[in-house]
Amino acid sequence: MNKVFSKPKSMKNASTHYCPGCGHGVVHRIICEVIDELDIREKVIGIAPVGCAVIAYDYWDFDVTEAAHGRVPAVATGIKRVKPENIVFGYQGDGDLAAIGTAEIIHAANRGENITIIFVNNAVYGMTGGQMAPTTVLKQKTSTTPFGRDKKRDGFPLKVSELLATLPGVSYVERVAIHDPQHILKAKKAIKRVFQNQINGLGFSLVEVLSQCPTYLGHSAKEAVRWVAEEMIKEYPLGVFRQ
Amino acid sequence: MTKKVLMCGNEVLAEAGIMAGCRFYAGYPITPQNEIPAYMSRRMPEVGGVFIQAESEISAVNMVFGASLTGVRAMTSSSSPGISLKQEGISYLAGCQLPAVIVNMMRGGPGLGNIAPSQSDYFQATRGGGHGDYRQVVLAPASLQEIVDLTVLSFDLADKYRMPVMILGDGILGQMMEPVELNPKSIPQRCSGQEIQNPKIEKDWVLDGCKGREPRVIKSLLLGEGELERFNLRLQEKYALIKDKEVRYEVLYGDDSDIMLVSYGTTSRICRSVVERLRRQGKNAGMFRPISLWPFPERALKELAERVNKFFVVEMSCGQMVDDVKLSIECRKPVYFYGRTGGGIPTEEEIIGELQKRIDAGGCFTSIKYQAPSI
Repeated sequence: MNKVFSKPKSMKNASTHYCPGCGHGVVHRIICEVIDELDIREKVIGIAPVGCAVIAYDYWDFDVTEAAHGRVPAVATGIKRVKPENIVFGYQGDGDLAAIGTAEIIHAANRGENITIIFVNNAVYGMTGGQMAPTTVLKQKTSTTPFGRDKKRDGFPLKVSELLATLPGVSYVERVAIHDPQHILKAKKAIKRVFQNQINGLGFSLVEVLSQCPTYLGHSAKEAVRWVAEEMIKEYPLGVFRQ
Repeated sequence: MTKKVLMCGNEVLAEAGIMAGCRFYAGYPITPQNEIPAYMSRRMPEVGGVFIQAESEISAVNMVFGASLTGVRAMTSSSSPGISLKQEGISYLAGCQLPAVIVNMMRGGPGLGNIAPSQSDYFQATRGGGHGDYRQVVLAPASLQEIVDLTVLSFDLADKYRMPVMILGDGILGQMMEPVELNPKSIPQRCSGQEIQNPKIEKDWVLDGCKGREPRVIKSLLLGEGELERFNLRLQEKYALIKDKEVRYEVLYGDDSDIMLVSYGTTSRICRSVVERLRRQGKNAGMFRPISLWPFPERALKELAERVNKFFVVEMSCGQMVDDVKLSIECRKPVYFYGRTGGGIPTEEEIIGELQKRIDAGGCFTSIKYQAPSI
């Protein structure tokens, strides 16, 4: 019998701890497929964030470390500067990257560090129980915006890709989504590109992945996916912001 | 004989770091330690190392975290307010068992304080200023020559025990100039452990890509039932070993002193002169100088308390190390304290005057003057 689909070599044989319908599993898998396809598993050093994806190393079968909340780009800088021959990537959520770690991401990007960042934006803090994230959209209800995000009280959704695209040190920024197979394929292409950019020494590259958190959007998996496709993309348009 | 050079303490420390094999430095400007990043920015490229001026103290220590996990000897430096910011990173270094050297050239606090020398971060340094059940080795040089020796030792200890090591100096040590031999001498007197000759300690835990081996994970999150408690108890075993092997101190006139001055770093230089002056006057005074502040030389002080009648602790703080002195001797003998704070530096005359006054008065010297507002 011909095997037509199998687990990437870079992925461990583990069962998931993520909630049903969560986007992290898809993004984890895309990263593993890309690492296999580029044949860089033995060179990769990944950095897991604080948040739901902290135990990404339970799924990734290559060298991984874990950074303090928001500090992934600083840790990645330290690794890559000492080991330019390794492929260094960080995996960050919206609270990690766009709130507590804003200084780290902006300055790593501005220095043009030759690293890869996968930024998973699901518009909410997952691990801590669904609080407002910097990327929570206006009127979105969370456990700390029970009446919906109010721009006067809570400020506006932070557009990380647009912000980073203004920096001359940045080589590539793209926003993708994973709400249907077609978009998943596009997301994979973007993720492959940002790893390739690092291999080619092009400098700082980031892919923002719009993802769904059914648990804290308070939706079914199917409804959460629809919310991303119809509501979230309105606030966060897909596309390449810098190349 | 090695040629002596005249440099400021901060530069001496930076060069000693290079000599020790430090090849990664990340820092952020803060007075009075700015000569360290400036020196490193010039020197690191010459030795094939990495220098980064980070966007914050937090980033600097996390860059050191990243560099260290690849196996390179890495250092960051700062002064008191900046060291407060680094505490998060230091806790993670301890939790991930990563070696790193952190330099604190202390200045006055709390808050922004001032830029004058101080010793008021003793509690933060020796108690673990970050969160969690961890320790860091803390070494306190008192001269520029000792900065050379202890900087080299710091990197060795950090690698040997896989943990953060802090060099605790102050604004005076960082700024003053003294002739030094840039050549680590024998590691200070009465070291209870063995010197480490080979700085190239085998590191079989680093992340450098999983070529030809199983993938590795460096992390501090331990969620499994009882996992963190087991890990923390293993850390405690390591700390117990360090308390046994790595205690360092100096004693001046330990055999016949009636009163022992206890001080470290810059203050010990002043106390040394005080002791020599008192000796010339025929008074039996001596000095005990902890070199490792953690592990604190508890046993040595306790033994000394068998022979010495009184202890007089001098610090550039309102009294922090004095707690460790009392704990070490289990309050068996009177312990007096004199300190200057907020950038004040005790003079010899002041110390001798206070010594006389306190001991003649025979005891407590603190009177409560502060009145809390009524609520």
